[in-house]
Amino acid sequence: MAMDAGEIERLIREGIPDAQVTIRDLAGDGNHYSATVLAPSFAGKTRVQQHQLVYNALKGNMGGVLHALALQTGTP
Amino acid sequence: MGIEQFIDNEVKSNDVVLFMKGTPQFPQCGFSGQVVQILDHLGVAYKGLNVLESLDLRDGIKAYSNWPTIPQLYIKGEFIGGCDIVREMFQAGELQQAFKDAGVPVAAQA
Repeated sequence: MAMDAGEIERLIREGIPDAQVTIRDLAGDGNHYSATVLAPSFAGKTRVQQHQLVYNALKGNMGGVLHALALQTGTP
Repeated sequence: MGIEQFIDNEVKSNDVVLFMKGTPQFPQCGFSGQVVQILDHLGVAYKGLNVLESLDLRDGIKAYSNWPTIPQLYIKGEFIGGCDIVREMFQAGELQQAFKDAGVPVAAQA
């Protein structure tokens, strides 16, 4: 059901190669995470587009297995 | 009327629409609740649509916006984002500006 932090990080890095990814387990339950994703390639993109890129990298897991991933994006 | 047409109509005929889990009076998810708190704090009038009442609506809105999570906020037909984006924009004062730019009255100053 849940996804571990390492797997989330791996998928994001795979989808967005220049990303710096920081994952935090918010509740300590392996189910509520926050992710901060900073990438030079986000420059010039809106927040919606940046989040969309992360969602794409997560390959359909967002909203399903990952229903509680708080996401923050930006450029480094 | 198909679900996509229903959603399109709601989004375009209301100034501010929030697709959420639960209702503005009784949110049933923490993320939806946070957006409700922000909108209420700003004193913005909005229409809340409860996706828990309809699987068609729940799936339909994700397809409509190509966005996998709920809540989803629309201002004047434009998709603004989910909870994280709304909160970030609110904290930066950008959400208040977005409402003003769209001609939507905001009661409170942050």
